[in-house]
Amino acid sequence: MNSTCRIRVAGFGGQGVMMFGQMLAYSATHDELNTLWFPSYGPETRGGTANCSVIVSNQTINSPVFKAADHLVVFNMPSLTKFQEQIEQGGLILYNASLIKTAVKSDKALVVGIPINDIAHDLGSLQVANMVMLGAYLELTGLFTDATITEIIKKFMGERKAHMVEINIQAIAAGRKQIRDIGVTYVKTS
Amino acid sequence: MEVKYAKTKGLTDKPLTYCPGCTHGIVHKLVAEALDELGLLGEAVGIASVGCSVFSYEFFNCDMQQAPHGRACAEATGIKRVRPDLTVFTYQGDGDLASIGIAETIHAANRGENITVIFINNAIYGMTGGQMAPTTLIGQRTTTSQGGRTLAQHGNPIKISEIFAQIEGVAYLERVATFNPKQVLNAKKAIKKAFTYQKEKRGFTMIEVLSTCPVNWGMTPIDALEWVKTSMTPIYPLGLFKDKGDFHE
Amino acid sequence: MGRILMKGNEAIAVAAIRGGIDAFFGYPITPQNEIPEYLSKHLLANGKAFVQAESEVAAINMVYGAAGAGARVMTSSSSPGIALKQEGISYLCGAQLPAVIVSVMRGGPGLGGIQPSQADYYQATRGGGNGDYNLIVFGPETIQETVDIMKEAFAIADQYRNPVLVLVDGLIGQMMESIDLDRPVKERNLPPKDYATTGTRNHPGRHIINSLYLDPLELENHNKKLQQKYALVKAQETRYETVDLEDADYVIVAYGTMARIVRSAMETLKKLGIKVGMIRPITIWPYPEAAFDLIKADCKGILCTEMSAGQMLDDVLIANNGRHKVAFYGRMGGMVPDPEEIVAAIKNFSDWVVK
Repeated sequence: MNSTCRIRVAGFGGQGVMMFGQMLAYSATHDELNTLWFPSYGPETRGGTANCSVIVSNQTINSPVFKAADHLVVFNMPSLTKFQEQIEQGGLILYNASLIKTAVKSDKALVVGIPINDIAHDLGSLQVANMVMLGAYLELTGLFTDATITEIIKKFMGERKAHMVEINIQAIAAGRKQIRDIGVTYVKTS
Repeated sequence: MEVKYAKTKGLTDKPLTYCPGCTHGIVHKLVAEALDELGLLGEAVGIASVGCSVFSYEFFNCDMQQAPHGRACAEATGIKRVRPDLTVFTYQGDGDLASIGIAETIHAANRGENITVIFINNAIYGMTGGQMAPTTLIGQRTTTSQGGRTLAQHGNPIKISEIFAQIEGVAYLERVATFNPKQVLNAKKAIKKAFTYQKEKRGFTMIEVLSTCPVNWGMTPIDALEWVKTSMTPIYPLGLFKDKGDFHE
Repeated sequence: MGRILMKGNEAIAVAAIRGGIDAFFGYPITPQNEIPEYLSKHLLANGKAFVQAESEVAAINMVYGAAGAGARVMTSSSSPGIALKQEGISYLCGAQLPAVIVSVMRGGPGLGGIQPSQADYYQATRGGGNGDYNLIVFGPETIQETVDIMKEAFAIADQYRNPVLVLVDGLIGQMMESIDLDRPVKERNLPPKDYATTGTRNHPGRHIINSLYLDPLELENHNKKLQQKYALVKAQETRYETVDLEDADYVIVAYGTMARIVRSAMETLKKLGIKVGMIRPITIWPYPEAAFDLIKADCKGILCTEMSAGQMLDDVLIANNGRHKVAFYGRMGGMVPDPEEIVAAIKNFSDWVVK
């Protein structure tokens, strides 16, 4: 990559929003890119809406905060409502079509909806919905390879959750496949 | 000529600054003798607190730290945790220990910090000029309880040994006095036992010493000793409150 | 070794271990809890000391005791907790004891909030403890710089026998960045700890840790010694960075996270053709007043920006000494300005000039 990518991830607490962001940050570190992950923290993360920001860059990362994101990944309706206007021209909005049933439109960004809960359910675990989303995100942006993500998933799960590695990898693949099946491609325009 | 009695090596040559008739001097001597006789002077670190004994770092002939008001047991914790090989003791009055420093003291006791606390209870603030202490007796006149301490206004005197006896981390706890030679000898025995327990890593040890303040009590030294016996000991009975034989480690 | 991704608070803990920490004493408070959590595990597993104290007051006094016994000691807290530690901090300075204190700032006053803030600049540099004393205070801008300073902090404290305060906002504590833990640390010739209370059998004479001097002349002489030490710290340890300062029409002064936000704002301002530079204090005590002499004479103004109502602003005004117009832009209560706000503040500089 040859730029700076600012990503905002938001959803209910428990949907794996923080983990989604951390997977990106760990992958970026693995690929020797600069990265910064910043969570919303405190009481709001306990059961309410949670969000985190990730910056991935091949340059020095300056401001850790940003108003408009290059990419917005939302797991529920309240997060879409809260953040959909804070998007760069030529950006990307990726949303959870299992929970957001209304038509989502943006005059600034490419909008892609993926029914991640349904796909995860078909895989046998609603828990990996966030990894379905991650697979879709990676397919659209081309940010990290499967080799990188697989290694990060293994590290993330550790020995205690080693049995979860396989289904997470399947979820990434299912997310990627969904994008290919839709036939959508994303090229940043600005 | 044979030396029958000499000043303990546990005290420096600095003249004590305590008022005439105050029993701080006796307790200093007992602590110093105990450390010397147990061979602990070279590994002892004492904590001087705030109050009349604030200058005790000039009197005890060992390494010393001076602590903020009430914090002696926190200082002692810090020292002991990084240097468990040292013998660490605090020397605190009733304002320092029972009022402003009760949290630090009770939690050090509850953690079973392997330190020794010498607690001087003379039922008054001496250094600041005779104000009411948490240990002041009902009816006792002080500069801030001029009509005498009342239950309604100030509550009852706090009984530190009775409270601390219930704490698991306390290995040894005794209340002693210095109003006659027999009690002085008993106090020394208790202080030595506390240091011995610390050496054996048994946990938190505390000796409460009923002490006098003739100047602020407005009494002669003799009357003050008598007052400890007749007025203080009924509220603060002498004796062993806790002796937990088992080892800390 | 390559870079690893770490949360700021955990990186602070790891760096403290690299810096040779012997003991940690602290009390839980958001947003710095990952520091004691990490250290509780790693210190006890390596035969070092860790105590979760009954209060911040007790914790700082445990620091005093252990520092007096010669150990490399640390505590960490956040704004209201640092307020409680002020008593012990004054005693540490009075007794000339080294210690490392980490303050992860949150919004105030009172219980305030838990979001990032820089409203404890006064607390760090002016202090709430009694007497003429100073802490050596660092205000790093990234996790990497925080780590580098933490690794050095114990040695700086030992060199001057004075507490070092590492002041970061909650954002640095809570965010994650990829960092290099192995960057070299400046070698220092440290004096022997010939004050430590380690028992008279271990050293000649008696060692006494004390801040009490009842004779006023003696206390004045003690203070003169402290002032000489602070002058030495000013001469030897003042740190700052300047960015594009020489031909800047506007100079922005910022520390910590705010400096990073300013860097992004500067990129935008340059695209707009505005010549803008930055002074970034790395030590906020001692304050890098000399940096202000590098500002060109016809500079149009200095913008001080903080996540506070304007606390470092005092030092900016002192350092500027009436030479240039000074403006201030800040956010409070845990609000973090985005770069666009700084761009707007420079574009509308006259609106923000300090009267």
